Amino acid sequence: MDDLITREYETVSGIAGPLLFLERARTASMGEMVEILLPSGETRRGQVIELSEQHAIIQVLEETTGLGIAGTRVRLTESAAMMDLSPDLLGRRFNGVGLPIDGLPPIIPEARMEIIGRPLNPVARDKPAHFIQTGISTIDGLNTLVRGQKLPIFSGAGLPAKELAAQILRQANVREDLPSPPSPFKGEAKVGASAFAIVFAAMGVTFREASYFLQEFERGGVMEHTVVFLNLADDPTIERLLTPRYALTTAEYFAFTQGRHVLVILTDMAAYCEALRQIATAREEIPGRRGYPGYMYSDLASIYERAGRIRGKAGSITQLPILTMPDDDITHPIPDLTGYITEGQIVLSRELHRKGIFPPIDVLPSLSRLMNLGIGPGKTREDHRAVADQLYALYAQGRDVRRLAAIVGEEGLTDSDRRLLKLAQDFEQEFVNQGEQDRDIDGTLDLGWKFLRYLPKDRLTRVKPELIEKHYGANG
Amino acid sequence: MSGTIIKISGPTVVAREMAQTRMFNRVAVGRIGLLGEVIRVRRDEATIQVYEDTTGLALGDEVSDAGEPLLVELGPGLLGSIFDGVQRPLDVLAAEHGDWIARGLKLPALPRDRQWVFTPLVRPGTQVAGGACVGAIQETEKIQHRVLVPPGVSGTVLEIRGGTFTVTETIAVLDDDRPLAMLQRWPVRTPRPVAERLPPVVPFITGQRVFDMLFPVASGGTVIVPGGFGTGKTVVEQTLAKYAQADIIIYIGCGERGNEMTEVLADFPHLKDPTTGLPLMQRTVLVINTSNMPVAARETSIYTGITLAEYYRDMGYSVALMADSTSRWAEATREISARLEEMPGEEGYPTYLATKLAEFYERGGCVRCLGQADRQGSVTIVSAISPPGGDFSEPVTQSSMQVAGALWALDSDLAHRRHFPAINWKRSFSLYAAPLDPWFRAQVAPDWPQLRIDLAALLQKEEELQEIVQLVGIDALQDQERIALEVSRLVREEYLRQNAFSQIDAACPLEKQYWILKALLLFLHYCRERLKQGWAIEQLLGSPFRAELERMKETPPRDCVQQARAMIEKMGQEVGK
Ligand SMILES: Nc1ncnc2c1ncn2[C@@H]1O[C@H](COP(=O)(O)OP(=O)(O)O)[C@@H](O)[C@H]1O
Ligand SMILES: [Mg+2]
Repeated sequence: MDDLITREYETVSGIAGPLLFLERARTASMGEMVEILLPSGETRRGQVIELSEQHAIIQVLEETTGLGIAGTRVRLTESAAMMDLSPDLLGRRFNGVGLPIDGLPPIIPEARMEIIGRPLNPVARDKPAHFIQTGISTIDGLNTLVRGQKLPIFSGAGLPAKELAAQILRQANVREDLPSPPSPFKGEAKVGASAFAIVFAAMGVTFREASYFLQEFERGGVMEHTVVFLNLADDPTIERLLTPRYALTTAEYFAFTQGRHVLVILTDMAAYCEALRQIATAREEIPGRRGYPGYMYSDLASIYERAGRIRGKAGSITQLPILTMPDDDITHPIPDLTGYITEGQIVLSRELHRKGIFPPIDVLPSLSRLMNLGIGPGKTREDHRAVADQLYALYAQGRDVRRLAAIVGEEGLTDSDRRLLKLAQDFEQEFVNQGEQDRDIDGTLDLGWKFLRYLPKDRLTRVKPELIEKHYGANG
Repeated sequence: MSGTIIKISGPTVVAREMAQTRMFNRVAVGRIGLLGEVIRVRRDEATIQVYEDTTGLALGDEVSDAGEPLLVELGPGLLGSIFDGVQRPLDVLAAEHGDWIARGLKLPALPRDRQWVFTPLVRPGTQVAGGACVGAIQETEKIQHRVLVPPGVSGTVLEIRGGTFTVTETIAVLDDDRPLAMLQRWPVRTPRPVAERLPPVVPFITGQRVFDMLFPVASGGTVIVPGGFGTGKTVVEQTLAKYAQADIIIYIGCGERGNEMTEVLADFPHLKDPTTGLPLMQRTVLVINTSNMPVAARETSIYTGITLAEYYRDMGYSVALMADSTSRWAEATREISARLEEMPGEEGYPTYLATKLAEFYERGGCVRCLGQADRQGSVTIVSAISPPGGDFSEPVTQSSMQVAGALWALDSDLAHRRHFPAINWKRSFSLYAAPLDPWFRAQVAPDWPQLRIDLAALLQKEEELQEIVQLVGIDALQDQERIALEVSRLVREEYLRQNAFSQIDAACPLEKQYWILKALLLFLHYCRERLKQGWAIEQLLGSPFRAELERMKETPPRDCVQQARAMIEKMGQEVGK
């Protein structure tokens, strides 16, 4: 029976880069997964990405090395790329196209979903509203992460993005019942353990980097709540076009079928974009900015937009993508298009890193667009918004003064300028530079006040007088 | 009429046996009938852009031609609706088909079962022509929906009845037995005709100081808002949708975030229309095609939106169209053009990009509407632009700048220091400022234009002084110059900066705008005089006037105006006018 439906072709007419051309494949359909059968008996996977009377174009998801025309057959599977889903995925490890690599047998699926995913109807979305305490002052205090948000880390080569992500994982409370903040990594995993899950997708990262994360999961005791997808640097490039989609299909299952709060880590999105560029080049498409395809914005959106909450459903998907900015350039298409889609960004700075500051977060270009939804009375504190605004303004001024002082010397500064200069300095050394400390939101905001006190009360024009009265203290 | 698919590439499909079709005809593609539009005809082959994901389509699948273009449904019930780019009602879609948008669904834009009370405004025997108003429906508490004879149609009214009807029922009959219903359809890409275009003379009041005072836009004008990510485009669009003065708001979320739309959907029903006090949703139509929804529908969303805007304009209303972001529309155009293998122009955009943009912006304007009775309407366009890397030299910004009447340039540096709206006042401009002066003079204050000139001059002065300070330090400045710096900083912080999320200051009435600025500028005069009298700068910086000015914008309008006037009086008494 099976054989009657399965359709096989021996009409491979060409192979170019990651593409395979198949003639007269009249029964193929768009997006269909195929198996490529080599004369050696080996099989590789591919996907139909274009159809015409001359040929079908198949994107080969694995190595094309050793692939030839003679004797190669292509078998259509009649199905788009699908992911098998069940709660048993937790604790498991897969390659970039969803095949187990942990030596265990495939799971017995409870559900099966197309990895492409249909767009979520904007009307069905629910407004993100819950503060996630990461324990990191520059994030909690100034660029608050909210459940259901997509907040990428913009890193540079050699900057400690993975350490930051790991610290967030370690300290973050993704669970429902705030304010009691214990994190999964602090033995919380055992109690009420079903409330969260972590989906980790590595794309083109080194083995060392991937194992860093795996060790962190082990160390924190959350491995059994984690699903891992690994496409490493030496794994097939094209495969990684599918990796985030397997990961997000899994995340959607846990969030919206199983009602969990899912944290998704996607690293490194720059490697994903390289794969996208490679396919575009192979297809001889007209390149867009810096050789990346013109549709990269839409393609990235189809990944990043798979975060959020749905009305009437318990779970949520929070995305923490990591990307390396080529040449530290934030205007490069990869960070640029990402920033246009995500709900803010956490930007790492080489300058702060050189000064030995950890995490080296440059707060000025960093942003959380959903911050207002997650802060304020009943969520964090009534003075949160004002403290953040005022700190931003003063730190920005302090940096201006620093630039000025470099030219005219400190003697040329006014008294208030000198205060600002010191504020910028100390703010970086204490507020930003927190090392492995885990600060709760009160600690963060109180520390913020310390720097506001560098200036007299009447210079805090972004804070309401009532709040100044309450928090500034007697002096000044 | 139907053909068969011979090629599929992304959202583009080529079908054969389509010799009978015409450009921009609507088609149904494949077994599940995906919505598509013919974008090229060559011999018997038609190239089709498909508005839905093409996964699963195969060669040989059928394409059936509707024989007519993609049409926008017009009629009562549009207000408060939420449509996708091809006008499918997203709320109905969610209610009937679940959280994820399935493919091949066909739903009418306007509900067919809803009843409306129709009141005729002409008698049988009346001669009518396109645009003539034959009757009205109270669509919302404020908006009277006028039923117009479709452009191009004319004749004698044979029969017309008042009563309760659905949108498809006949409400009038013209000679030759031509029935007229409330529901009308209009080709999405065709501008609706007007009797006459009028010069803009009334401002589009935004309630934002930096816009109304420095870079005002006319009702019926076009303003572009370019800025890198995070500079505040969406907040500008949403703030204006909430607080600007207009009868109708058409909000197009074109290729942007889902969660932003969720915020609009969650907030608007609870917010009040600033002019009528009615729920904001009653004056709003949302057209939403987020970045993860199909690209082709993103391209159409702009046309769907502007057609809806023109429709209400034709009834005689002032309509504001918010497009966030036009760049995503341009990019959709680029994607489609690339699939057609057209010759690419700059940055891969089609060579006709500038023309298409101009055609879109030209659909804004102030007009005398077609047909009886005499009425005027307007469409104001506020178009957000997302330049790659925040660099304005790119084609979409540049082409838009050539046709727009005003530019509100957003600036990353200001945004990073959380100065919002992050308007770079050096790059921004408005060609409407001078033509609107008479209105401001007559309606707010005779010296309104002078205040604008003084404000711009002060900011310019600060710029020059800053350059000196950067070179040789503050000591190089005279006290008179230092005080100008200080007051200018005060003006930036306390006047130009406006928090869109403040209870009190999110929208600032014109009178309040005027009086705060007047007080600020007089404070500069006051300081200068005091310096001449030998006062020290520190003394002036510690002055209670300054403290008062720092809290002024967060004071409710009436109190604020009183306070400002009192302060002006007092400063005048102390130093003389
Ligand atoms: N007028 C404003 N008042 C207060 N905050 C603002 C204002 N404009 C922008 N912001 C802040 O800047 C962020 C980014 O603005 P947004 O409009 O989303 O940028 P863009 O659409 O240009 O990417 C917002 O989330 C908000 O925090
Ligand atoms: Mg935006």
